Amino acid sequence: MWLQVTPVESAPVSEFLRSYLTVGIFGGVGVALVGAFLGIGKVLRPHQPNPAKNQTYESGVDPTGDMWSQANIRYYVFALLFVLFDVEAVFIFPWAARLEAYGTFGLIEMAIFIFILLLGLIYAWRKGVLKWA
Amino acid sequence: MLAETATQAVTPSVQWSGLFPLMILGGGALGIVMIRSVVRRLPTALESATVTAVGPITVLAMWFAAGAGGTGFPFSTLREDLGEVLFGVGFIAALILAAVAMRVMRIGLDAAVTVGIGLGALSATLALWHHRVGLDGGFDALGSQFSIDGFMLVCTGAIVVSVVLVSLLLDDYLRREGIDGPEMYVLMLISAAGGVVIAGAGDLIVLFLGLETLSIAVYVMAAMHVRRSESTEAGMKYFVLGAVSSAFLLYGIAMIYGATGSTSLVDIRIFLARTQLFDEGLLAAGFALTLVGLGFKVAAVPFHAWTPDVYEGSPTPVVAYMASAVKVAAIAAVVRVFVDTFADHADDWRPPLMVLTVATLLLGSVLAVVQGNVKRMLAYSSIAHTGFILVGVSVGSEGVAAVVFYLVTYSLVVIGSFGVLTVISGRGDRRTRLEDLDGLAERSPLIAAAFTVLLFAQAGVPLTTGFVAKFGVIAATVESSRYWFAALAMATAVVSAYPYLRVVLSMYLGRSADGAEAESVPPAAAFVIGVAVLLTIGFGVVPGPIDDLAQKALLWTSGA
Repeated sequence: MWLQVTPVESAPVSEFLRSYLTVGIFGGVGVALVGAFLGIGKVLRPHQPNPAKNQTYESGVDPTGDMWSQANIRYYVFALLFVLFDVEAVFIFPWAARLEAYGTFGLIEMAIFIFILLLGLIYAWRKGVLKWA
Repeated sequence: MLAETATQAVTPSVQWSGLFPLMILGGGALGIVMIRSVVRRLPTALESATVTAVGPITVLAMWFAAGAGGTGFPFSTLREDLGEVLFGVGFIAALILAAVAMRVMRIGLDAAVTVGIGLGALSATLALWHHRVGLDGGFDALGSQFSIDGFMLVCTGAIVVSVVLVSLLLDDYLRREGIDGPEMYVLMLISAAGGVVIAGAGDLIVLFLGLETLSIAVYVMAAMHVRRSESTEAGMKYFVLGAVSSAFLLYGIAMIYGATGSTSLVDIRIFLARTQLFDEGLLAAGFALTLVGLGFKVAAVPFHAWTPDVYEGSPTPVVAYMASAVKVAAIAAVVRVFVDTFADHADDWRPPLMVLTVATLLLGSVLAVVQGNVKRMLAYSSIAHTGFILVGVSVGSEGVAAVVFYLVTYSLVVIGSFGVLTVISGRGDRRTRLEDLDGLAERSPLIAAAFTVLLFAQAGVPLTTGFVAKFGVIAATVESSRYWFAALAMATAVVSAYPYLRVVLSMYLGRSADGAEAESVPPAAAFVIGVAVLLTIGFGVVPGPIDDLAQKALLWTSGA
């Protein structure tokens, strides 16, 4: 067994931190821009308060009822299925970009992946989840 | 540009035979979903045929997959011919056995298929045990991500046996509670596949993946009794606390990666053995967070708070699964990460682990005393048993055999115990208070006798496996010269005998409520309880075979 003391190098660290400086500058410019626009708007625009302006905007229709209303539980299942296929897309995009490299192996892998997801959809379908009534 | 990126991707070399137990469990789960999504009810005559047909079809499919994978047919050299035969014949025999069991024990199709899949995975595990590990200690199945060694195979065997026994318990329970369906079995198989991944993980990320697969399926299983609000509550608590612990574990993995530059267990081990770290802070933080994350999963004090509520609320057969297979997998993770990989830094993680162990032993056994609900009492007692297992873990690599012995025998005992509770809890799964057991010996003498044996085994009475297991753990501690630790473990064993004896007293001396009838015991549950009792006494008197298994359950690290 031999000892190896990890050398402490100073230059790369500051180089590393310097690349964060760009992020800092961009962040600062972003905050300044938003502040400037909102500030200019505040100074320029006319100020005429009106109760109608404070109402919730709902497709131009007058809002009715409480905001604590219950959503139908079916939306939940649809949201879940949506997430499922959204995630599937997330996995398929990078796979498609590298498909040439993966070749037949990649094709079979993705077929298995999609098959398993489809199985979930068939299961949900047979459970009657896709029926609204 | 395109031509540049279109280089051949690097794929790991795969030893298909090593993945067989995993493929059978995972593929079996998918198969059940597929068949049950397409076909609602099979004609009775076809049911046994379906169970039997699963075997040959799976064997052929895997043979083909292995051939197409270009790694040659599994078990196909002359020397390993027996392994091939053992696996093929074993699997088909297992399926026929399951079909026969289905008729004899009157269990449903889903349970029978699950039993068949479990036995198939067991025969694959046995074949691997005899003809790969026996020859060369172990091998990499999927690059260095997943390794097959003695430890992995024994843990896999314990998990798979738990799946078989619990699915026999589940069958009648689900029908009794009116929540019958293939979902529970599918979730259990997926969870077991996660457990197998943990048992053989060669990389921290793979370990995490297995732990999540295992846990997420169990969260759902805990909440499966939809008409019982405690069950939903249990699922919710388990999920929230489990998710938090996973975050801790993942953060710990990130820190260890930061300190060592790798997530591969082999690379971490080699790095830690060769390198004197300039600053150990990051590594220590990684150890601490990993210990917290895994402490949640094994239910070590002070990360145990979910256990009593989850055990009390979840369906009783699911609790049997949690206390056996899930515990085996979680302890396997601790052994792989701490005992094996961080062996060279044992002085860093052993003191905190010992503090956790002492707290777990004391709190688990003391709080079990004051519980009025037997399910809750067994939850605290499982915490105390975790303490005993951790006593073996903190010994280091010399304690692994004792830990494996404890895990295997405790799994059987605890499945039997919760099997008895499944039978007597009655419709609604509520009759588990201590008063409900009053006079059980008059009503159902056999069940009471079986429960007595299993509780004695948990207390560590000689001639049961519980005694041998506790003896092994304490002997390993004494050999490592930590006498006070061994003494403390023995003292808590005495304390924790009290709640078990109290249950026995109420069964034999209490009086049943007026008009109470004998418990109706479904044949499959009777079989499970019988097997648990026989093996508990059998291996308690002759512990040789399991001890032999545990001694051979060595960890094998590739490249080491």
